[in-house]
Amino acid sequence: MSGDGALERLRREGRIVIVGASLAGLRAAETLRKEGFTGSLTLIGDEPHEPYDRPPLSKQVLLGHASADRTELPRRHGLDAQWRLGVAAAGLDMAAGRVRLDDGDEVEYDRLLITTGVRARPWPHPAEAELDGVFVLRTRDDAARLQRRLAASPRRVLVIGAGFTGSEIASACRERGLPVTVAERGAAPLVGALGGVIGQVAAELQRAHGVDLRCGIMVTGLEGDSAGRLRRAHLSDGTSIDTDVAVVSLGATRNTEWLAGSGLGAGPRGIACDAGCRAFDVRGIVTDDIFVAGDVARSPHALFGYQFLSLEHWGNAVAQAATAAHNMISSSSERRPHLWVPAFWSSQFGVNIKSVGVPSLGEEVIVAQGSLADHRFTGVYGYQGRVIAAVSFDQTKWLEFYQRQIESGAPFPPEYSSVDRRTEGLRPVPADFPDPSLPTHGPTVTVSGYSPTDQRITFTPGRG
Amino acid sequence: MRLVVDLNRCQGYAQCAFLAPDVFAMHGEESLLYNPHAEEAQREQVLRAATACPVQAILVEDTDEAPATMGEGLSGVR
Repeated sequence: MSGDGALERLRREGRIVIVGASLAGLRAAETLRKEGFTGSLTLIGDEPHEPYDRPPLSKQVLLGHASADRTELPRRHGLDAQWRLGVAAAGLDMAAGRVRLDDGDEVEYDRLLITTGVRARPWPHPAEAELDGVFVLRTRDDAARLQRRLAASPRRVLVIGAGFTGSEIASACRERGLPVTVAERGAAPLVGALGGVIGQVAAELQRAHGVDLRCGIMVTGLEGDSAGRLRRAHLSDGTSIDTDVAVVSLGATRNTEWLAGSGLGAGPRGIACDAGCRAFDVRGIVTDDIFVAGDVARSPHALFGYQFLSLEHWGNAVAQAATAAHNMISSSSERRPHLWVPAFWSSQFGVNIKSVGVPSLGEEVIVAQGSLADHRFTGVYGYQGRVIAAVSFDQTKWLEFYQRQIESGAPFPPEYSSVDRRTEGLRPVPADFPDPSLPTHGPTVTVSGYSPTDQRITFTPGRG
Repeated sequence: MRLVVDLNRCQGYAQCAFLAPDVFAMHGEESLLYNPHAEEAQREQVLRAATACPVQAILVEDTDEAPATMGEGLSGVR
C-alpha cells in the first residue's frame, strides 16, 4: 500500500477478512463499519454460532438463570458481512493474501485480522478425557452439556484446577447444592493470577462455602466403569475420590495451529504483534496487512516495561479489537497503540473480585483498604517501587483510583493514607506468586489521558 | 432482546436490579448477574435500566439492526 489513494481504495472497496467470530471479531467488524469501511467484510468462525458472550457460561448459565444458547452478543451497527460459520481456517498464504478454510474453500484479503482466541486445554490423557462425565468449559456447547449434567444431580463434582473458571464452576455447583471437590496443584486457588496472599482468601471462601478444597494436589488419573462412565479420580497423595463428574479447568491453549508454516510469528504462546496490533512474521518483521486482537495476541505494553502481554480478558478483546480495526484502515500517522490497562472480574461464592493492572508482575502486596479476614478489601501490588496492579474483593469502587495510580506510575507502597486502612495494611508483604516474572530494568513509561484517541506515551528515564 | 453488561465498568450501583428485576439481579453485595437474553416484554424496563446505569455499562441491541435475517446455516449474508 502506498499513498493516500491506495488507503482510500482500501476503505472504499478493499477486502477485509476476520478469522475468529467471537467477541473480538465482532467488535472489530463493528468498528470497521463505524469508521467508514465500505468494502467487503468476511467473518470466519469455527463454531456454528454467531458471536456470543462467554463470561455468563460459568456463572448465570451453570446456575440455570440463563440459557447457554441465548448469550449472543448484541449488535450495535449493521455489519453487511459475509459470515462463514462452522468452518475453521486451516491455513494462511501470506504472499498471496489468502486464507484457506478446512472445507477447502479459500478467501482472499487485502487486510486480515486474526481473532482466533483460545480453547480449553483438554485433559492430557485422551482415553480418560473421552469418559462420560469429563467436561471442559469454554464454548456454549460445553456449557449446555455441563449444565444438563449438573441439573441431573450428580453425587459429586470434581473440579480440576482452581483458576477463575474452575473456581466459578465450583461456586455454581455449591450454589446448586452439589458436593464439590476442587483439586489444585498450587498452594491456593487463584494463586497464579493473584498470588498466595490473596489466594489464601480465595481458599477460605471456598471452604466457607463447603468446597472440599485440596491444594498441592494433582489428579493423576480418571477411572471409568465398564460402560465408559467416570466413577473415580485418583490423586497424587495416593487417595481417590468417587465422582461422576469432573470438570477440567486447566487453562487455555491458543488457537494458532492453523498458522503453522505460514511464516507468521505464531506459536503456542500466541501471535506476537506490535502495540498497533500488526502481527510479526517469523523473521521478527512486522507485517502491514495482518493484524491480531484478543486472547490470541501477545503485544508489548508500554506501562509494563514493554513486556509482551497475553491477556485472556473480556475487556482486552473489546479494546484491542477496536484499536486493530481502526489501525487496519488508517494511515501510519493515524494509528493508535493498544494501551488498555488490563482489567478483569470474577464472581464467585457471592464475592465480586475485580482487578486492574498486572498482579502477576507484583513483588509485594499491601492491603490498602478493608481486611483480608472480612473477605472485603483492596490489595495493591508493587513492582520496582511502582503501583503495578490492584485487586478488590467486594470493593469495586476503589479500583478506578488505583487504575490512575498504575497509569501514572505512582510510588509503591502508597505514600498517602487511605480510607479504612487497617493495621494489617500498614506494611507490604511478598505477594507470593509461585513463579515470579524476572524484572528488567529500563525506562519507565506512564500513560496519560482517558480516551484511546488522546492517550500519549511519556518517557521517564530509568531510575538506575 | 440481547444485552451485555461491561462488568469492568459495573460498580454495583444496582440501579438496573431495581428497574428491571426480572433481568438484572445482585448476587451477593456487589456482583451482578443478568440474563443476556431478556424477554421482549422486558424491553421497556431494560432500556430504562440501561439509561439509568450511572457508569453506562449496559449495552442493549439496537432493534433496527437486529440480525434477524442472519442464516442459521453455515454461512449467510446480512
